[in-house]
Amino acid sequence: MEHNKVFAKCRTGVRGLDEITFGGLQKGRPTLITGGAGSGKTLMSMEFLVRGAIDFNEPGVFMAFEETAEELAQNVASLGFDLEELIAHKKVVVDYVRVERSEIEETGEYDLEGLFVRLNHSIDSVGAKRVVLDTIESLFAGLGNEAILRAELRRLFRWLKDKGVTAIITAERGESTLTRYGLEEYVSDCVILLDHRVQNQISTRRLRVVKYRGSVHGTNEYPFLIDEKGISIMPITSITLDYPISTKRVSSGIPRLDTMLEGKGFYCGSTILVSGTAGTGKTSISAHFANVTCQRGERCLYFAFEESPNQIIRNMKSIGINLETLVKNGRLKIHAVRSTFYGLETHLVQMQKLIDDFKPTTVVVDPITNLITAGEESDVKSMLTRLIDYLKTKQITTMFTNLTHLESLERTESEVSSIMDTWILLRDIELGGERNRGIYILKSRGMAHSNQIREFLITSKGVDIIDVYTGPSGVLTGTARLAQETKDKAAEVQRSEETGRLQRDLERKRKLMEAQVAALQAEFAAKEEEIKQLLTQDRLHEKAVAEGRKEMGRMRKEDKK
Amino acid sequence: MSEKNQTPKENQKLQKASDTWELRLYVAGQTPNSLKAFANLKKICEEHLKGKYTIEVIDLLKNPQLATGDQILAIPTLVRRLPEPLKKIIGDLSNTERVLVGLDIRPKTAG
Repeated sequence: MEHNKVFAKCRTGVRGLDEITFGGLQKGRPTLITGGAGSGKTLMSMEFLVRGAIDFNEPGVFMAFEETAEELAQNVASLGFDLEELIAHKKVVVDYVRVERSEIEETGEYDLEGLFVRLNHSIDSVGAKRVVLDTIESLFAGLGNEAILRAELRRLFRWLKDKGVTAIITAERGESTLTRYGLEEYVSDCVILLDHRVQNQISTRRLRVVKYRGSVHGTNEYPFLIDEKGISIMPITSITLDYPISTKRVSSGIPRLDTMLEGKGFYCGSTILVSGTAGTGKTSISAHFANVTCQRGERCLYFAFEESPNQIIRNMKSIGINLETLVKNGRLKIHAVRSTFYGLETHLVQMQKLIDDFKPTTVVVDPITNLITAGEESDVKSMLTRLIDYLKTKQITTMFTNLTHLESLERTESEVSSIMDTWILLRDIELGGERNRGIYILKSRGMAHSNQIREFLITSKGVDIIDVYTGPSGVLTGTARLAQETKDKAAEVQRSEETGRLQRDLERKRKLMEAQVAALQAEFAAKEEEIKQLLTQDRLHEKAVAEGRKEMGRMRKEDKK
Repeated sequence: MSEKNQTPKENQKLQKASDTWELRLYVAGQTPNSLKAFANLKKICEEHLKGKYTIEVIDLLKNPQLATGDQILAIPTLVRRLPEPLKKIIGDLSNTERVLVGLDIRPKTAG
C-alpha cells in the first residue's frame, strides 16, 4: 500500500497505526518507539512483527534485551499471539541478548560486531523483513564505554538501513528528552511516543507520532487500547470533513416522529441527539430506533452506560418492544459498561473497535451524559467529534441520549449539540397537577421538520405521539387536554342541540305559515264559492223573473209589441 | 583487610579447583583489535598459566550461530569457560592488570 510516492511504506497491521501514518512505517528504515515503563512498547513492536509474519508474509527478528524468549511468548500470549508456533514455523526469530555488567570486564578497544553477526544471522536464517530491537538502551547499562557504544549504535542503524529491513527500536523515555540515552539522535526518521497517563484515577494510553520524515502523519495524541486482540489505536481525528453524504432516510421507528421529519425520518449517517430530563422516555425512543433497525434486517449496536442489558430488555418489554429476540438473532448487540470503568478515550477506542467488529448500521449511545463525566471537560468535545466523524465515515446513523436538567434544557454538557444533526427535545409539561411528556424537534439539518410541540405518550404498545390541544385557552396536554377536549365536545353537543332546536323551530314556523296560507286559501275558496253561488242564483232569479213576465204576458194576452 | 594473607590462599584455591583453563576468544575476522587481543592473551597465559590453558578462537564470521550460546555482543570477547564460574572480558586485552583480575588470576586490589 503506497500512499506516498517518495518511499514505500510498510504496513504494521496494528489497528489504527497505519491510518495515522497513512500507510505504515517507512519501509527499510528504523522507527523509534519511545515511552515510559509499561507504556506498551514491547507489545506494540511485537504486534508489528507478528502481524507482519501472519498478515503480510514478512518474517521478523525480535532481539530482546530485557526478556527471554519464553517470557516474551508468555506475555504476548495474552494478546492472542502464539509466538512459539511462529518460531517453530520459522516466521519469527527471538534472540535474547543478555548484558550483565557484573559479568563483563572491559579492557581496551572493542566493537559490537558480535551483535551485528547475531542479528545478521537471525535475519538471514528466516529471510526477515522486519526487525525489533527491544530495548537496545539496555546496552548503556551493560557496557561502560559510552563512546564506543554510541559509535556502534550509529553504525547499527546505518547497517539496518543497508540491510533493507524495517526496524523498530524501542527506548525508555527520558526526563526531558524523548529517550533516556538520546537514541532519537540516531533514529530520527520516524519517532512514535507512547504514553500511559492517569487522570482522575482513570488511566489512558496514548500514542503520538512525534515525527515522520518525508511523510504526512496524524499529529495528535491518539488513545489506544491493549486487549485480548492486540493493540487498537483510534485514529479518527485524521479523518477530515469529507465523508460521503447520504440523502437516504432511515425511520425513527415511531411513525409520527417520522411524520414530523418530513414524513421520512432521519438522514442516513446523521447523528441524533435526544435530550430530556429524567424519565422523559429517552431510552424508549432509542429502543424504538434500535428495534426498527433490526426489523429492516440491519444491525444495531446499543451502548448502555446506565442500565444492564437485561434491565433494558425487561423495561422495553413493558412498552411492547421485544429486544430479547433481536439480541438472540444477532441483529442487536447491547454493550453495557460502567462509564467510570475507563477514561473517555478508552471508551471511545473500545466503541470504535466494537463498531468495527459488529458492523452496525445504527448505533445508540445511552446516555452520552455518563460518557462525558468520564473525561475531562476540555477533551470531551474533541473526543466526541472524533467518534462522530468516525461514525459518519462509516455512514452509521447514531442516536445519542442526553440527560438534561430543567434549568438548562436547551443546553447540553460541553455543548455537544453543535455537532449533532438532529436534536429532539423531550420535556416535561407540568400542568394541572401532573407531568406530561412533550416532544419537539429543536433542529434537524437539511430538512423542513415540524416546529410543533407534540404530546408524547408511552403506552404498552410503544411510544405514541399525538397532537397537543391548541385552542383559545392555550396548549394543553394530558388530562388537561382530555378535559378540555371533553369540554369542547360538550360545548359542541350543546351547540349542535341549539342549532337543531332552531332548525326545528323554523320548520315549525314554516309549517305554521304554510297552515295559515292554507287556511286563507281555504277561506278565499269558500268565499269564492259562495259568491259564485250567489251569482248563479241571481242569474237564475233574473231568468225566472223574465220567464215569469213572459208567462204573465201570454196569459194576459198582451198586445203585440 | 589483609591482602597478604588472602593472596596465597586464593591462588591455592584456584589451583585446586581446576588444573586446566579453558578459554575462548570470539573474533569476527582478522580485525586489528582481534589480532591484538589474541597476542595479548597469549602473552598473559604464557606468563601466568603456562602449561595449563587452552585457547579456542572462534570466528563469528564463519560460525555466527555460536554467538548466541555465550551471549556475545562485543568483539573481541574472551570467555573463561573453565574454571567456573563463566567470566567474560571484552576488548583488546591491552590492560594486563584488568585481564588478570577479570580472569580471577589475580583478585581485585584496592590500588
